[in-house]
Amino acid sequence: MSENVVLKKKDFVSDQEIRWCPGCGDYAILNAVQKTFPDIGVAKEDFLVVSGIGCSSRFPYYMNTFGFHSIHGRAPAIASGAKLSNPSLSVWLITGDGDAMSIGGNHFIHLLRRNIDINVLMFNNRIYGLTKGQYSPTSEIGKVTKSTPNGSLDFPFNPVLLAMGSGGTFIARTIDKDLKHQGGIYKEANDHKGTSFIEIYQNCNIFNDGAFSILTDRETKLDSTIRLVQDQPMVFGANLDKGIILDGFNLKVVNIGEKYSISDLLVHNKKDKNLAMLVCEMTYNDLLPTPFGVIYAEEKRTYDDMLIEQMEQQIKAKGPGNLKDLIYTKNTWTVS
Amino acid sequence: MLYWLYERDLESTIKFLEEKFKSKPEIVKANIKALKTGYFYGETVEVIKTTFRVPEARLEKGTYRNIMGNECLSLGLIAAAEKAKLNLFFGGYPITPASDILHILSKYKNFGIKTFQAEDEIAGMCSVLGAAFAGDLAITASSGPGIALKGEAIGLGVITELPVVVINIQRGGPSTGLPTKTEQSDLNQAMYGRNGECPAVVIACQSPSDCFETAFTACKIALEFMVPVMLLSDGYIANGSEPWKLPDLDKLEDIKTRVIKKKSGDAFLPYDRDEKTLARPWGLPGTKDLEHRIGGLEKANITGNVSYDPDNHDTMVKLRQKKIDIIADYIPEAKVFGNEKGKLLVLGWGGPYGAIRSAVIKCNQEKREVSHLHLKHIHPFPKNLASILSNFDKVLVPEINLGQLSNIIRSKYMIDTINFNRVSGKPFTSPDIYDKILKTLKGEE
Repeated sequence: MSENVVLKKKDFVSDQEIRWCPGCGDYAILNAVQKTFPDIGVAKEDFLVVSGIGCSSRFPYYMNTFGFHSIHGRAPAIASGAKLSNPSLSVWLITGDGDAMSIGGNHFIHLLRRNIDINVLMFNNRIYGLTKGQYSPTSEIGKVTKSTPNGSLDFPFNPVLLAMGSGGTFIARTIDKDLKHQGGIYKEANDHKGTSFIEIYQNCNIFNDGAFSILTDRETKLDSTIRLVQDQPMVFGANLDKGIILDGFNLKVVNIGEKYSISDLLVHNKKDKNLAMLVCEMTYNDLLPTPFGVIYAEEKRTYDDMLIEQMEQQIKAKGPGNLKDLIYTKNTWTVS
Repeated sequence: MLYWLYERDLESTIKFLEEKFKSKPEIVKANIKALKTGYFYGETVEVIKTTFRVPEARLEKGTYRNIMGNECLSLGLIAAAEKAKLNLFFGGYPITPASDILHILSKYKNFGIKTFQAEDEIAGMCSVLGAAFAGDLAITASSGPGIALKGEAIGLGVITELPVVVINIQRGGPSTGLPTKTEQSDLNQAMYGRNGECPAVVIACQSPSDCFETAFTACKIALEFMVPVMLLSDGYIANGSEPWKLPDLDKLEDIKTRVIKKKSGDAFLPYDRDEKTLARPWGLPGTKDLEHRIGGLEKANITGNVSYDPDNHDTMVKLRQKKIDIIADYIPEAKVFGNEKGKLLVLGWGGPYGAIRSAVIKCNQEKREVSHLHLKHIHPFPKNLASILSNFDKVLVPEINLGQLSNIIRSKYMIDTINFNRVSGKPFTSPDIYDKILKTLKGEE
């Protein structure tokens, strides 16, 4: 960081006209990110925002930081190159469910496997918006869209579970409508060393309106969602009268009262991998509430740190590279 | 036995063995014993009446070492990074016959070289774009099928005007083709293998020892003109070995990057160009006040903002081509070997250099009017190429493809050319070319 400049939200607002549809969930996410960036202790010039293709991937143009709007699905590879080139950058990757889970699936899993210190914000609206309404790899099976008039036949990916399976070291979920929750998650992601994956449920009000309304409507949201709080029992419900217990190897909802008390409930622990796997499975499941918060966090060495370490070791072992010695080796001869 | 047959000295090989098996003295001993036994056997049995004496090759004065193409090329990249005062970033995916470049560069981390074995060819190319944006000399290497996968990302490099070098060690195609055999059939791919009007610089190595200079030049052009450069080599050059006259490192040209440290006006304008070279400035992430966005959508000239303006698109399409054409003012003029005028010019590029040159030398010794021009710069061509071509009655173009350079020459200069094409996965031999020259001179083409 160059000097102690106090940054404000407006420092991160670019002069470009925003081209998202009015009412799109993307506005709320942009707002939350612009509000969070000033507070995370990174100099403005050290932010790099990289994206792929899709509605969400317009994001870098609206951020007054260094930005790279790239090609479909490839943002993880571009972000990796930039981060490895200059590890002091704070790299943020903006992607969508089509960009990251479909065309860019390969790059996505390998980014997580390598644990390069990059923050991935995946806007999941469960639809292709920019191409005007085809089903995506996170759309529920049977989805009727322009390309599936009789219902889609593919089973969806559960992104947080895919991230677990890829060796992800920070896996969280948040939602466009909750600015405060987003901010908290982004800060935690920034503090995490390694790849941070954040799935953001985002409403596409044109092609998949209401996809998450059960999770956001006042009447239903408290009974259909659960906030994960570290070291706290898994309680939810409008009257905080429901909880999650372990039943065999499965999770089960119980009423707190006669048979079960708070002390019978599972306690959330983001460091517990087995629990995290079960929490991930609380998705596309009508019997369980949808979890929001940090599902999993693990301290693991990052690729970028190890790369620098290896380079330093090599300099120590061989001395700094000398071009002349490299070219004029022992096996030379002279013609005179 | 062979050492005896060709009257070769054992000393250098003994030294090599001692070095190679330093830690295993018994293996050194055994090998030296076997070597000497064979030699003395040849000397003693007196069965073979003939020995051969290969005269010492006539080489220019200088210090030499034997080198293979891919190694020589890698050293050229390292030298360019040093001259440009940049770190070298290499991102790539293993593929025959290009993997050696990844192997070689990965050994030199103490030079500040970062190598990244990506998950696929596309990621290799994209990591290079990210590293170029962040300020490294960024390079990828592959072969035809890999380059095909990289195509879209190379296009992103063209529209974002980032300095990257894309190396293609060509092999037999199409598809998986002949991975271990040589071919020159990716020239069209280098020139045209992307969507849209998507010009890139194309430059070609001609022999193992030439790879150093060509790789250096490719990096210099990429960095000074802010363009992707396609560097063509092939399996024959990559795995071939020859004496390399070591360059005088003090005389290597400087490389002046377009990195800027401070904004000059109110705002940093990422597409505000150098008047002469049209190269845009390189504002690196981490530099105060240079925040800007680039990307694959059409850019407004000067500001770099997204633009759908019809006239701007027309301007930018033409500008991207002009950026390449302008480079012709900065590269050396083509130099003909032999007479600058005459009956026949053999025009080549890439791997067939040696075969063509020997055939032309033989013809000249026989007083036949034949000259040779070997092109290193293919896009853009050297400025004097048109006038050279017009000085010859006939132009013969031998290529290990179906006439890809020949077609470009024909369409650009409206001249007739005589093709000589054989695509067998093998390099041309000098007699192949010699026979074709004689036929051409006789008018039997």
